[in-house]
Order: sequence, then structure tokens, then C-alpha cells
Amino acid sequence: MTLSGWITIAVFFLCVVAITRPLGGFLKRVLEGERHGLARLLGPLERGTYRLAGIDPNREQSWSHYALAVILFKIFCFIAVYVLLRLQGVLPFNPSGLGAVAPDLAYNTAVSFLTNTNWQSYGGETTLSPLSQMLALTVQNFVSAAAGIAIAAAVMRGFVRRSASTIGNFWVDLLRVTLYVLLPGCVVLTLFFVLEGVPQTLATAASALTLEGGHQSIALGPVASQEAIKMLGTNGGGYFNVNSAHPFENPNALTNFVQMLCIFALGAGLTNMFGRMIGQEKQGWAIFSAMAALFLIGAGVLYWSEAHANPLFASLGLDGTLGNMEGKETRFGIAASALFATVTTDASCGAVNAMHESFLPLGGMVPLINMMLGEVIFGGVGSGLYGFLLFALIAVFMAGLMVGRTPEYLGKKIEAREIKMTMLAVLCLPLVMLGFTALAVVLPAGLSALSASGPHGFSEALYAYTSAAANNGSAFAGLTANSFWNVTLGIGMMIGRFFVIIPALAIAGSMAAKKTAAPTPGTFPTDNGLFIALVAGVIVIVGGLTFLPALALGPIVEHLAMLHGTTY
Amino acid sequence: MVLSQLRPALVLFLLLSLLTGIVYPLGMTALSGLILPDRAAGSLVYDRGRVIGSSLIGQDFASPRYFHGRPSATMGPDPRDSSKTVATPYNAAASLASNAGPTSKALLDRVTATTNVLKLENPEAMARGWRIPVELVMTSASGLDPDLSPEGALFQVLRVARARGLDEERIRHLVLTSIRQPLLGFLGEPHVNVLALNRALDRLAQ
Repeated sequence: MTLSGWITIAVFFLCVVAITRPLGGFLKRVLEGERHGLARLLGPLERGTYRLAGIDPNREQSWSHYALAVILFKIFCFIAVYVLLRLQGVLPFNPSGLGAVAPDLAYNTAVSFLTNTNWQSYGGETTLSPLSQMLALTVQNFVSAAAGIAIAAAVMRGFVRRSASTIGNFWVDLLRVTLYVLLPGCVVLTLFFVLEGVPQTLATAASALTLEGGHQSIALGPVASQEAIKMLGTNGGGYFNVNSAHPFENPNALTNFVQMLCIFALGAGLTNMFGRMIGQEKQGWAIFSAMAALFLIGAGVLYWSEAHANPLFASLGLDGTLGNMEGKETRFGIAASALFATVTTDASCGAVNAMHESFLPLGGMVPLINMMLGEVIFGGVGSGLYGFLLFALIAVFMAGLMVGRTPEYLGKKIEAREIKMTMLAVLCLPLVMLGFTALAVVLPAGLSALSASGPHGFSEALYAYTSAAANNGSAFAGLTANSFWNVTLGIGMMIGRFFVIIPALAIAGSMAAKKTAAPTPGTFPTDNGLFIALVAGVIVIVGGLTFLPALALGPIVEHLAMLHGTTY
Repeated sequence: MVLSQLRPALVLFLLLSLLTGIVYPLGMTALSGLILPDRAAGSLVYDRGRVIGSSLIGQDFASPRYFHGRPSATMGPDPRDSSKTVATPYNAAASLASNAGPTSKALLDRVTATTNVLKLENPEAMARGWRIPVELVMTSASGLDPDLSPEGALFQVLRVARARGLDEERIRHLVLTSIRQPLLGFLGEPHVNVLALNRALDRLAQ
């Protein structure tokens, strides 16, 4: 571990703190339809779209209609991506002549991108044409992120409103986020990435005669434009097989830093937007602090783990000061790789700049735990906030049980219906993660896809389903997904998305209908250190109790085996 | 209810597809090509009008006269049987990592073998008791890592000096002057671009 490594982590965190407030203010203005500079520029486009689509922007939806609109939109997304991938062979703009994508892979990819997971069972440069990358995948990168933020805004309205029957209009939220937040942000980011060396071209390859006289074919494409939304929308689906480890996706330490900042930007901004909506920014900062504490612990542990060389190589007499460099890039080194891995799994992004599978066992356990906690450490854009609010409800519920009072959050009584919905969402994730892992490690179709044996093979399976259900998309990438995996991972991704979205919207609906009680001396405050510690504790305990046995079978036993000198 | 939402769903989906899937990427391509043509095209390096690589993408170096990049796990089609793949280091058409787990026996065997090759290739360094930097036996994440750490490059100085019949200090000086330091003193790791270093080496010899 080096001083500059710790400085990188500290400076990164300070930058996240610095952008949270301005972004929160902007997001609130956009989503609440208030005045802002971009509306003057793009307002005509917004109003024209409403006319064309027959949307009345002033007409709001109940929670069930909002949820229905989300699902209907997602069905269109699924059909479009599936058809585009299946017809790839006959569609234009396919210079390398790539064929149709197989049915199970097309299904997996469509689900993966519409749920903002961006799990990739394929290598981009060898499977997808530029048309598929742009029209099928880039579109989903935008709209799945916009839908996440829209739903977060709707959930926030539920907590803020009193005796109300509606929580916003999905179509309006979706369009505004895309037009005013994601697109302008991506235009700026794309230009920055190109300036730093990320290609943006319609050519698919360049042919080079190397210094030693060999031939090198260099894959190219419109990379920068996809890179921008991939990070800002916490999508994580790379243009190339190795994602942000590829020098064309992530050419230097500065692009790496900006990419990490983009992953956290909107998730952090939404905590502040929530505080502003309530009229108490402190409530937003309380949420931010709980997330930040969990983030910093993960980053520290991961950095510490990877800064060590693999003890199994001790007898070879190598100079191990650089740390565990297997599956890492020289320009990033250990600190920026460890930080990136923490950020990408805290935030449901899933982009990688180092191979998580090659981390030392305890290092690889950090991303795994981050995802198991439900992607609420800043989280995916939107999904992080509404996921966190579910844990906040459990925290106040437990505090209420301890003192024997009806639990309240932000002046609203938390009752049986809300807690039932919360538990439905919180329990669905482990069911998918652990249930499918158990299935995969006993069925031959599951086992045949694993690249590792011993405890690491188990971790590989556990990581895959955890990543899918948490809508992260990163992998222990030695896994070669076959049709068994493509189908089951697809189911996991859908359950992980929709069994959180629908309960969260239902809670928003019932919260909106409630009256707000004024705080009394007996009210449990939710903007101080006690609440922060309680909610962080709830997140860790719920995750810890559920997953400790599985972690013991995977990374923990592998760590002990490694210290003992065992290989598999 | 569902029927009344069909029109917004369909129209919005088509419009957003057009905007984010066609206008945005093609517009950015046109704009980037206009203001930053070299970088948008992949930072290609030319020598006498010919593309010899990209400054961002590593190349496979095997000759003792050149500095070697890190081991690469990329694969490529077998020239004898195109249905199979074989190890093809620095195949920039299909990036790939080893994805070897930390307790993998295959990883231990591979690292041991690479270590033995490096010992044979660099007898001068071994004679002086230098230890092999760990990055030289560990595959990069992309298989296309264009860089070496300063330690990884300096370890190879004696071999390159011998193969080229040049003074050791000249080569070491070249490496030291090629090091790119972290931005603002902390961001990133010090590193040397192997292709740029090897081109400088060729110019040194002329």
C-alpha cells in the first residue's frame, strides 16, 4: 500500500462529496419540472414529444398505473433488443459480417440490458455489430438508467406527499431524465473520453504492421459514446470483452478517475435530491453518510488485500512489491483497481478495470459482499436510493420494536403493509442468489460452465447469481455461460429488478396516501449518527446473516487453503 | 388502462431509440472526427505512411533486442485449424484476461514456467541477483497492456544492452527518461509505454 494510493481514495471520496449537492439540486429541478437552463434549450423537443405520444404531462399516475407503465415499456425494450440481435446477420451496418445471436444469448442480453444489469455472456468485439451495439444496447443503457431514476423520483414523492393518490407520471419522468440529465452529460463525457484517446469511429478495425514485422488487427468502433452512458447510467456493459480494462475504453488514470466518479455521481446526487424534496437536506446527508461508511470500509479492505503478492508464489523468489498484478493493468496499479472494483460493485455498475476473478480470496469477497448487501451503497442510478429506503424502513421498524412505539419515518407511520412489501423485496434477492447457486453446483449443466475447481469454482457460481440478482453485471469472468446459465441468470436478473421495483412503488403509493404527523419528543430522529449507525448495521446484519454460510464455503475457505499452500 | 398507455410506450420507445441509438452515437462520431480525428480513429502510430500500431495498445515483442510487455492471455484462431483457438499474445481483435483464480494450479504452473523463461532470457540480471518484478509473470487484465512499470522495464535493460551491443547506461537512461509520472503526483502509477520505448530504442541505434 502506498501513500499515493490512499490519497487517490481520499481525493475520490472528497470529489463525490463535492458533486452531491449541485447534482441533487439539478436532479430535483428536472424531475419536479422546475425551471432550469436546459429546459429553455430542449423544451420544444420535450413538448413536441408529449404531443406526438399523446401524453398529458400534468396528469399523474397512481402507483399501480406507474408500475404498469414501467412494465409495458420494458416489454417493448425486450422485444426490440431480442429481435435486433436475432436478425443481426441480415441487418445493415455489420462490416464484419457477424451472424445472428443465438436465442438463449439474445434473451439473456435483452434481459440484462433492460434491467440495467449489463451482464455480458459474450465478447462485444467478436459478437455484436456496430448497429447492435448502438441501436440495441446503447438505447437500453439510456432508458434503463432513466427508468431507474424515474422510479426513485416516484418513490421519493410517495414519502413526501400527504394524503395524495398519485406519485408522478412515468413517461414524463423518463423523458425528462433522458433529455436533461443523461444526454447532455454523455455528450460532454464522450468528448472528454475522445480527447483522452477513446476511439469514436465507424471503422471496426485497423490493421497494423508491428515493429517486429507481425500483423496486428486492432478492433475499433464508436466506443466513447457507449462508454459515457455505460458509466453515468451505472450500466457497465463494455464495448470490448475486457470492459474498462481495455486501453481503448479506459486509456489512463484520469479517465479511470472520471469513470469512477460518473458511477457514483447520480446515485450520490439522488440522496441530496431526497433531502431537498423533504425540505431537510440533513436527511439526505444521513443516507449519504451510511452509504459512505460502507463504501470506505470496502475500499480499504480490498486495497489491503490486493496490495499483497499471492503467497503461493513465495518460493519463486519474485519481487512482489507491486502486489497481486494478475488480471490488472499497469497504468492503474493496485489502488485504482481496488477502488474501481469497490465503486462498481457498490453501485450496481458492473464495469471492471481489473479481473475480479483473479483477486486474492478476501479481495474478491469484497465485491461479492457489496452486491449481496443489495446494491444500496450509492447503488445503481435510482435503484440504489429506493433500495436503501427499504432498509431505512427496516431500521426504523426495529427501533420502534425496541422502544415499543409505532415506527415512523419522516412523520409517516410504518405499518404492516409497508413492512410486508419491504420484506418481499429484501428476501427475494437472497432466494435468487443462493437458490440458483445451489442448483448450479449440483447440476452437470451448471458445473460444466465453471472454469475453476475447489472453493473458487463455488465462488464463481455464487458471484454470477449474486451479480445477476443485484443487477450488477460484473463477473468472475472465467465462467463460460452456456444455455443453462443464460436462462437462469436471465430469470435472476428479472426477479432482482422487478421484485424490488414493484414493492418499492407499492410502498410509495401507500406512503403518499398517509398523513404526516408532526415530530414529538418521542420521535426517533432519522438525521443523526444513531440512525446512520442503525441503518448501516441493519444492512450489514441482514446481508451477513443470510450469506455468511455461503461465503464460508467460497472465499473464506479458499483464503485458508491459500495460506496453507493448497492449489486446485 | 393498458391500451391507453400503448401509444405513449410505443412512441416514446421509438423516439428515444432514434435519439440515443442513432442521433447521439452518429452525432458524436461526426463531431469527434471533426475536432479530434487522430484520437477518434484509435491513436494510430504511423511510420513512413504505414500503420505500425496504436500508442494505446500493446504489441507482442519476442526479440531480445526489444523490451517485452507483460504476459498476455489473448487467444486467436489456430492458423492450422480455424475451428480451434490458440494462445495469440496481444491479439487486439479479441481482448481477454486469464481469469485465473488465486489458488488455481494452472496459474501456479504458468507463473513458474514464465519465471523460468525470464531467468533464461535475462542471465545478466540473474547474475547480479536482481529479482523478477511480479508484473512480468502476471497477465494483464486486457491482454493488451501497453505499459510496464519502471521496475519491469529496468529489469530488462541488461538483456537489451547485450542484444544490441550498446552501453547499459545509455539504455537505462532511455528507460528513465521515458517514465510517465502519476498525474498531480498521485493519480495512477508510474509507467513506461513499451511501444514508444522500443521505437526510441530503434532511433537510438541509428
